[in-house]
Amino acid sequence: MADLTTHFIGIKSPNPFWLASAPPTDKEYNVVRALAAGWGGVVWKTVGEDPPIVNVNGPRYATLWSQDRRVIGFNNIELISDRPLKTNLDEMRRVKRAWPDRAIIASLMVPCTEEAWKNILPQVEDTGCDGVELNFGCPHGMSERGMGSAVGQVPEYIQMVAAWCKQYSKLPVIVKLTPNITDIRYPARAAKKGGADAVSLINTINSIMGVDLDRMVMNPVTDGKGSHGGYCGYAVKPIALNMVGEIARDPETHGLPISGIGGITTWKDAAEFIALGAGTVQVCTAAMVYGFKIIQDLTDGLSNFMDEKGYKSIADFQGKAVGSVVNWQALNLNHIEKAVIEQDLCIQCGRCHVVCEDTSHQAIVAKVNGKRHFEVMEEECVGCNLCVSICPVPQCITMRALKPGEVDKRTGVKVTGQYANWTTHPNNPMREAAK
Amino acid sequence: MNDKHSGICAGRLTAAEYAKNFADAHPPLNRTQALIESERCYYCYDAPCTTACPTGIDIPTFIQRIAQDNVRGAAHTILEENILGGMCARVCPTEVLCEQACVRNTNEDKPVEIGLLQRYATDGYFAKPGAPLFKRAASSGKRVAVVGAGPAGLSCAHRLAMLGHDVVMFDANPKPGGLNEYGLATYKTVDGFAQKEIEWLLSIGGITVHEDKALGRDIVLDDLTRDYDAVFLGMGLAGVNALGVTEPQAKGLRDAVTFIAELRQAGDYGGVPIGRQVVVIGGGMTAVDAAVQSRKLGAEDVTIVYRRGEEAMSASGYEQDWAKKNGVKITLWARPVEILAEDGAVTGVRFARTAQANGKLTDTGETFALAADMVFRAIGQTFVAAPAGSSITLKDGRIATDEDGKTSHPKVWAGGDCRHGGRDLTVEAVEHGKRAAIAIDKSFRA
Repeated sequence: MADLTTHFIGIKSPNPFWLASAPPTDKEYNVVRALAAGWGGVVWKTVGEDPPIVNVNGPRYATLWSQDRRVIGFNNIELISDRPLKTNLDEMRRVKRAWPDRAIIASLMVPCTEEAWKNILPQVEDTGCDGVELNFGCPHGMSERGMGSAVGQVPEYIQMVAAWCKQYSKLPVIVKLTPNITDIRYPARAAKKGGADAVSLINTINSIMGVDLDRMVMNPVTDGKGSHGGYCGYAVKPIALNMVGEIARDPETHGLPISGIGGITTWKDAAEFIALGAGTVQVCTAAMVYGFKIIQDLTDGLSNFMDEKGYKSIADFQGKAVGSVVNWQALNLNHIEKAVIEQDLCIQCGRCHVVCEDTSHQAIVAKVNGKRHFEVMEEECVGCNLCVSICPVPQCITMRALKPGEVDKRTGVKVTGQYANWTTHPNNPMREAAK
Repeated sequence: MNDKHSGICAGRLTAAEYAKNFADAHPPLNRTQALIESERCYYCYDAPCTTACPTGIDIPTFIQRIAQDNVRGAAHTILEENILGGMCARVCPTEVLCEQACVRNTNEDKPVEIGLLQRYATDGYFAKPGAPLFKRAASSGKRVAVVGAGPAGLSCAHRLAMLGHDVVMFDANPKPGGLNEYGLATYKTVDGFAQKEIEWLLSIGGITVHEDKALGRDIVLDDLTRDYDAVFLGMGLAGVNALGVTEPQAKGLRDAVTFIAELRQAGDYGGVPIGRQVVVIGGGMTAVDAAVQSRKLGAEDVTIVYRRGEEAMSASGYEQDWAKKNGVKITLWARPVEILAEDGAVTGVRFARTAQANGKLTDTGETFALAADMVFRAIGQTFVAAPAGSSITLKDGRIATDEDGKTSHPKVWAGGDCRHGGRDLTVEAVEHGKRAAIAIDKSFRA
């Protein structure tokens, strides 16, 4: 078994899987069950000032389902912990004492005043927890009160609060970022400038899950009214991966430790976040869908992957794919691919034909010699990958890169094998002069 | 003879056993099952299942509509091509039609359950029909006579009514429906579905049905061609093939089709007599329906005997399995040579073993006898041509038509089993009726 131990901003945990700050980590009982199941750490459900907030007593969650009710996306309107601060801190202290090898992080959310942070930080530090995560991400409820994503949307506030936390506490500081912004790099840069040790992302995305067409009310709804909730679950993973990748490759934040969050459901998802630079990952929805036992499949899958690839530690492949993320203008325009249909695997559904015909480049024929048969016409194929994307049979349609010397039948141009991008392309009015 | 253990007798089973045996053979999908199954459909381009459907139902569309909780839209997609889509969902041999063509077979050997989904959509619609799906066009003033209120006739009548024509139907039986009412195994269509479906079909208006009116007995074709603008013949096959051996006048020797019809019309299964040892001669769906229902009525020992191999049987592999699952024995490569009888009652059948040699079926010389107190003839039905008169040209004993069903008579169309060249399927009869109606309508506008 590969060594899954992680050392993240000075916090050690036996594996990179932490439970994210959310209902699964809202009290000692659940947290102990999670740690017993094998989770590497927990970020405790966000605590705030007393008196505690109150939650609605109706539906807090709603779901985007597949036809057989697999959870694709999930949203919630639950606020931060609704228990007294002392109760949470006492439990946190007990848990850390009982589980010294696990990462116990306190998630915090108090008003945006120096006094509030100065007051809460020592109390938290006194529990013996390993670090704090500043919840600048919650998009619902608390943001209306100037907290959560309302802070995360203003880089200056992020920097200011991060600096207070570094000033009033010795604990490592993680800033949890909201994706409800236009460019994730700005809040990440602000966190770094404020002295934060790491960022974690993404928090949830503003969302309305649906509309009940019989009652004509949005969903989820409390007594006939609803409020936008935070969207999460498997469907948000691509959004989260992009944001993690952007921070990892931004020269201003490159190397800033990242705890990756967003739709992580399997070990593969986690490995992808790590490959794009994350040092640990946080999971919530998958646990809320299946329970804590999934940690066994997450660690087992990651370990087997690492053993197969020969990675001895997480660090061995952390960030390995970051270099592959570039601006569009750096893409090689001389690289040509064509779709290939493996006829032995084709089940004749014809969807590649109809989608190419209707919505792409009319490059797949439906009949050959009067018989149902689907074949790519290389003279029309632009290599867009749509047919690969919608084919129901794995590996039936693949993309083939033309080799140097081959002629692109669509353009009649011979492949040179030489790299050339938009910056020097003749069609680019802003092109750089040939060197 | 009323000893339950031997001979032919009624009431072999308890009421609870009859209820269980004659319940819906293939229970419908519930909503959860339908949604999951509908997601399996790939929504193929130029879908092979649609091509394989004799009525050309746009199957991916109706399945997609089920998935989208648009059951009414799904039912409309089905019924606009096949007005008896509810019954066809129950009786179509989907394993040789749409489901055989499903592309899921390639990798999984498990097609989308198109038949069950079709039933889900049509049952759902009939349970909550709302506004009518089909309306009549403005009246054309044309009148069409439809002879036979079976699947072909009903389909033709409905389409004609939709197109604005008035239809008068004549059927030889006391109830409309033809084989839907008299010819299907009871467990394939429970709860009086056939009549409910017909009631709904006729609700479009413009169709009058005269029961107990047989062609050649109560009405004649010359009158119809004189009094109506067009005539559609869909009277099915009235004759039953003889076994080709001496058939003694013996109790227990019966036509399978009569037995099936009697069972369908019986209010109480306990009142239908059945033998203890039953032999069914034939290899089609009628043979399977008669054999399985014999078992369900409590016959101890039921054997289907067919003169060729199983691949030659017109009952599909699925139907053969269904028979076996219900305890029916299938004996292949044997043909009857003598019906054994004593004291005016059947006691068994003597068979000659057969074999295929140089493309011909021959006797091997070996014979054997099966004891039986009931023997069903199920070796096919024939078209009885006399009632239609001599003005209609036949081909191989059935009515010759063009692709649209037009006969040799300029005002007469035909469809269903009485028409030459089909596979004797309900769904095909529906298509015949529909196409003939469209052709008749076109002829009016020419």
